[in-house]
Amino acid sequence: MNIREMIDVLQGKVLVQNHDPNEELPLGGAADLMSDVLAFGSEGMALLTGLTNPQVVRTAEMAGINVIVIVRDKTPPPETLELARDSGMTLIRTGYTMYEACGRLYKAGLPGLGPVKMVNDSW
Amino acid sequence: MIPGNMSNQEITKVQELIYSTRVESVMASDVIVIDPSMTMSQVKNYMRENRISGAPVVSEGKVIGIVTMNDVIRSMEEGKLDSPVTEVMTTDVRTVLMDAMVAEVVNSLGRRGFSRLPVVDHDDKLLGIVTTGTLIRSLLLQMDKSFQKNEAEKLYTYRASHIFQDISSDDTGLTLRYFVNERDFDNAGKASSLIKRSLQRLVVQPQIVRRVGVAVYEAEMNLVIHTDIGGEIVVEVRKDRVNISTVDHGPGIADLKQVLQPGFSTAPEWIRDMGFGAGMGLANIKRVSDVMKLTSDPGHWTRLEIVFNFGPDHLLPKAELEKSLTRGSQ
Repeated sequence: MNIREMIDVLQGKVLVQNHDPNEELPLGGAADLMSDVLAFGSEGMALLTGLTNPQVVRTAEMAGINVIVIVRDKTPPPETLELARDSGMTLIRTGYTMYEACGRLYKAGLPGLGPVKMVNDSW
Repeated sequence: MIPGNMSNQEITKVQELIYSTRVESVMASDVIVIDPSMTMSQVKNYMRENRISGAPVVSEGKVIGIVTMNDVIRSMEEGKLDSPVTEVMTTDVRTVLMDAMVAEVVNSLGRRGFSRLPVVDHDDKLLGIVTTGTLIRSLLLQMDKSFQKNEAEKLYTYRASHIFQDISSDDTGLTLRYFVNERDFDNAGKASSLIKRSLQRLVVQPQIVRRVGVAVYEAEMNLVIHTDIGGEIVVEVRKDRVNISTVDHGPGIADLKQVLQPGFSTAPEWIRDMGFGAGMGLANIKRVSDVMKLTSDPGHWTRLEIVFNFGPDHLLPKAELEKSLTRGSQ
């Protein structure tokens, strides 16, 4: 699935564009917990989230994520948009809820990480 | 639109730009407009004063027509200079949406022979105008900007990546120091972002850069969220490893065992609303790093030390290094 197809599936709107719409997305993930993003985020993953603060962009940047989808048609504050522009992030907005946005993308063929094994009490 | 002697790469760059740039960023927004109450004679003088060869006729912010020098000449020939502009203007105006791609404009201006396109928002309100002139000016400006950015990044990378070869010592280390303020959420993550970029410039392997990024960002957020007076992050880049330490002077941690438990958190509700404070920060750092050590004197200080070993092929092999340095110019 490429960025353009993802926008179609989500009936999304591009808020900040920093990537070619034909760029392929290897997989998707969703989280409202930034530590989760850092824990399982992987290079090139599209991130779906309900958060809109600038930290989402920073977190994504650290995790090697380039495309963020904001669910439930939330409008991010100007600081988030500005940071996204500066840090080369593409920001997309969709009217679907997290559940439905994920469902639509998965059904349309965007895979996830598969089972993730987290070592919890490793010390 | 594209001069014949441009190389293939340059054409690709232009194409990339026209398919990725939106009309609103190439338009002139100080549009000279014609009021519907004007006569053709007034239009003629107005166009001459402003040195333009055409302009949209605008009523209540919306484009109702377009009038050009050709229309002026025609009304002179036909003795209609006293006619209102609304009788002479072209009413079937082609406009372009502000968020359309520049490619659409190139197509209209070039092949269909329009000289100017009014730019409108989704309510049909006039926002600006694009002509071949505004288009070329902004595309050249953007190409120049992206060229300079590429060159600058190449130069930075070139300079930085040679530090370990250029400086002679038995063991060279590069120390980077960042100050982090408590509760400063506007800048939280900035230090991590700079550290990540610095390591990229030093041509540290991408997987390691990513792991360092995750760890240092969690550590930075801890300084922002949990300390009384901020703290500092010290990154020491050596030939074979990166040592990172974050130090703060309060409030300290009473029970070190407890904070290391995944899910344990003292973060208030509003921090959790921002997506932080789930008690996974230290667990994440532990997971991505090779060594993690947390020490504290309750009431006084906390110190977190993190080590990433580069392994034998720590920096990118020479061939890859060369490639990454020439990539920008291709």
